[in-house]
Amino acid sequence: MKIPYYPGCTLNTVAKDFDTSAKESARAVGFEMEDLEQWNCCGASFPLTPDNIMGLSAPAKVLSGAKKAGDTLTTLCSVCYNVLKRTNKVMQDDKTRRKSVNEFMEDDYDGSLKIVHYLEVLRDDIGFAKLKETVTKPLEGIKAGAYYGCMLLRPFDDIGIDNAEAPTIMEDMLKALGATPVEFPDKIECCGAHLAMNNKEVVTRLSGNVIDSAVREGAEIIVTTCPLCQYNLESVQESVGATAAGVPIVYFTQLLGLALGQDIEQLGFDANGGAAKKYLKRKGLL
Amino acid sequence: MKIKLNKNDIDSALIQQIERMSGETIKRCYQCGNCSGGCPVSYAMDIPPTQVMRYLQLGMVEELMEANSMWVCVGCLQCFSRCPQSVSVANTLEGLRQLVLRKGVDHDRIEDIPLPMLKSAPQQAIVCGFRKFVS
Amino acid sequence: MPRIGVFVCQCGNNIESTVDTQKVADETKKLPGVVHTESYKFMCSSPGQESFKKAIKENKLDGIVVSACSPHMHEKTFRRAAEAAGLNPFQCEIANIREQCSWVHHDPTKKVGTAKTMDLTRMTIQRLKKNRDLTKITIPVTKRALVIGGGIAGIQAALDIADGGHEVVIVEKEPSIGGNMARLSETFPTMDCSQCILTPKMVEAELHDKISLYTYSEVEKVDGYIGNFSVTIKKKAKFVDESTCTGCGECWEKCPFKADSEFELGLSKRKVIYTPFPQAVPNIPVIDKTRCPKILKDKCGLCAKVCGPQSIDFTQEDQLVTEEFGAIVVATGYDLMPKSKFGEYGYGKITDVISGMQFERLASASGPTGGAIKRPSDGTEPKNIVFIQCAGSRDEKRGVSYCSKICCMYTAKHTMLYRHKVHDGQAYVFYMDIRSGGKRYEEFVRGAIEHDGAMYLRGRVSRVYEKDGKIIVQGADTLSGSQVEIEADMVVLATALVSRDSATTVAQTLGIGYDKDKFYNEYHPKLKPVETVTAGVFLAGTCVGPMDIPESVSQGSAVASKTLALFSSDKMAREPITADVNTQTCNACWDCLNACPYVAIDKTEVKDRKGNVVKMLATVNAGLCQGCGVCVCACRSKAIDLNGYTDEQVYAAIATF
Repeated sequence: MKIPYYPGCTLNTVAKDFDTSAKESARAVGFEMEDLEQWNCCGASFPLTPDNIMGLSAPAKVLSGAKKAGDTLTTLCSVCYNVLKRTNKVMQDDKTRRKSVNEFMEDDYDGSLKIVHYLEVLRDDIGFAKLKETVTKPLEGIKAGAYYGCMLLRPFDDIGIDNAEAPTIMEDMLKALGATPVEFPDKIECCGAHLAMNNKEVVTRLSGNVIDSAVREGAEIIVTTCPLCQYNLESVQESVGATAAGVPIVYFTQLLGLALGQDIEQLGFDANGGAAKKYLKRKGLL
Repeated sequence: MKIKLNKNDIDSALIQQIERMSGETIKRCYQCGNCSGGCPVSYAMDIPPTQVMRYLQLGMVEELMEANSMWVCVGCLQCFSRCPQSVSVANTLEGLRQLVLRKGVDHDRIEDIPLPMLKSAPQQAIVCGFRKFVS
Repeated sequence: MPRIGVFVCQCGNNIESTVDTQKVADETKKLPGVVHTESYKFMCSSPGQESFKKAIKENKLDGIVVSACSPHMHEKTFRRAAEAAGLNPFQCEIANIREQCSWVHHDPTKKVGTAKTMDLTRMTIQRLKKNRDLTKITIPVTKRALVIGGGIAGIQAALDIADGGHEVVIVEKEPSIGGNMARLSETFPTMDCSQCILTPKMVEAELHDKISLYTYSEVEKVDGYIGNFSVTIKKKAKFVDESTCTGCGECWEKCPFKADSEFELGLSKRKVIYTPFPQAVPNIPVIDKTRCPKILKDKCGLCAKVCGPQSIDFTQEDQLVTEEFGAIVVATGYDLMPKSKFGEYGYGKITDVISGMQFERLASASGPTGGAIKRPSDGTEPKNIVFIQCAGSRDEKRGVSYCSKICCMYTAKHTMLYRHKVHDGQAYVFYMDIRSGGKRYEEFVRGAIEHDGAMYLRGRVSRVYEKDGKIIVQGADTLSGSQVEIEADMVVLATALVSRDSATTVAQTLGIGYDKDKFYNEYHPKLKPVETVTAGVFLAGTCVGPMDIPESVSQGSAVASKTLALFSSDKMAREPITADVNTQTCNACWDCLNACPYVAIDKTEVKDRKGNVVKMLATVNAGLCQGCGVCVCACRSKAIDLNGYTDEQVYAAIATF
């Protein structure tokens, strides 16, 4: 099974580990992620004002290009997923805006693409039961807190990947990998996102709360689906106190790859001062 | 604070423009406070989400323009997600932001962003930040 | 030649301001068949009616047109006056020149209004010329009432009807009557103990020689019409012989098997043979056949062994009985929105987030804790308790759009009960508005705040979650404009009051309407609040919409008075506006039968002298027919006509133009 894949800017650069671990894991469970031949930045934020046609045109261009590669498009980054999926819904449901955007792009895209997150492919196409069978190195003893943040979940009516108040898709995946998922209340709260650019105080507080909440409930490693969440959580660690310092913040695909037997050196666990590696070693997984 | 109310302010062209831009009907808000309760950055706002809607209902746009609320809102959509009336304060605040940015007024200057930040942060943070803060 | 009189009402200035009524009178006088016309200030007044009657007699009128307000207002008045003057009342017709003319036209020159009034009046005159004398239909009345639902509204209705001297059957689906009120601890604003005021009424109903209780029973089917309903009731097997059981309690004492108690909302267990609560009426247990090992796999049977009067009968089966009634009272009550609906409040998975009704059970002296406020999780006394109002109410997105009306009051009551039982505890209430309209209600809420120390916070709670063994309540106080976080030991949700799951099924069985929230429709929300569009079926209590105990009781008494009025004579008269089938042209296609919403059309056999069936015909049951006219439209061979609204009459009116 080949699925067209939109990497997005960050996964092409800063979060390359996210990209490669996902692709390797896909192969291991039986599907191939095929980079779109040509793509551009999605804009990294869905335009919340409906009259902002300009903001829709970049993601719409991605979609229109992807449609030429197939009927489905998958992504990894929560933000890309959110922007593409919401834009696609606009192109599908809103005739007026569809017309404006198409006129602007000199294109004729109708919103018929199906946008799925990598996690959805695992859950709905492969199946977590099947995934479990494919695991070669069960993540026994790994107490992982699944952090969803905002963009993977909200707004529910547009995204609908999972229940917006109590999602379980990542926990279910972690269970399949043999890890012990740790529930924590802040798993659906915001990390501060782009305020990283100009409001360190807010980001420190918000990301700090997330880490604190996860650690309090017993998480020893935090799993994310978003490079910005990963960045924010990691960058505030030192300022939020001893309990939270040094907790590895990794992409879900890194643990996935580990469980599926990928080479540890290829998984990019070196970041964060090697915290993840130290932890995994302590747990006897390296 | 004493507010002098008059019809022209309540139903001003500016309010109508904000409604048009944000796609939100300001009257829908019945001031339950759920958004302020759940908003992760409410604490840092000069005017918290519920009051943002109230100020707009009263036609007090000027006060909102001077407040930091629109620049602090991160767009996490928790307000909209739990609003019993399906109002999005996030969309409304983006409307206010757009009102400023479309006049060509920047909230942040690109040259003020620390270089290490530009080098290490994920691109999406910078692209998104530019969209929210720069005209 | 007919002798028609036309009476044009000025309705003070209501009509006169845009219609020249005198001109209408003068012009209509010239029409063929019209022998008398007049314009008058208030036709409906006593002098107006007197002159109306006088004119009929003096001019020997045989048909009347009153051009006035809507027939909904005064058709009855004028038909009665016409009858008093010796006419068949159905020879009097109303032309609506107020709601449909003067009120909608604002031409001060009266040109538009007068012209339209002329048209309306001319149409009615032409129509009237085709009217036939009609006689009111009389139907016999079975003076026996069925009350569906044995809550407080149903009990009140049954007691009042029975005290009026007529037999009543109460059908209740639970093993005991009492309904939701039996669960309550105290009642606002008087703080009477709910069971103390309810159980005497339950016992009175049980002992009343005119009332029969069919508990553990449900209505299966309703046939017939006002005065003559035939109702099939399913009596579910109790596996206990009601005629011999003494309610001694030996069986449920000894029964070794337990299940979650429905009555206690899962806060405690009951036995598999059980009465829902100690004061149950009747005090006869039922066996939960889904859990009884004797019934499931022929093991145990201990209850039968210990039963002195040998009342246990494992072979009992559900029983269907069909009985006749003249009136049906629907008092099926309400449910509460389940906690699992509230994702942001933990989907009902946080043990110490309970519903208001569960709090009632905790506070009740006969409840699972004997009236002590204890956490379901560990039995400790909560020192910080948060009440969240409007859980699901006034929430279009995830709940219901309406206000559940009773929550403000019972939450205030809860804070009081809490303070009375936990002296050092603190109650917090999140509210959006305090709705305390009612006698002594506002004072009651002030008492909760000022005397019993409840902290009221104006805001909706965004989220409730667990952290370090506490329940964190995250909300806002919009009055101070700040976020509020409370570490609570227990949270009580004032969950929305909603219609019963079975509401639509019951409505379809009875042929009554319901709204978008599945509450039953009144005939008129203000003026006929306990009637339905189906004659003889009445509504009482919360099946109509949220209401408190005093209102439910009032409605119970109101339906009783409606029922007693219906039972006051042996026969009842009703308007003869019913459909009529032409036996010559009916070709028995049964389209009418399928179209009729009132099941008023029967298949009738026509036999020859030897008794052979020669053809089939549709016939109308005048008792059931509501005169809606759907069958008239459905009939392809135009064999059906509606008395009072015949095709001939309608065409005559149209042909005026």
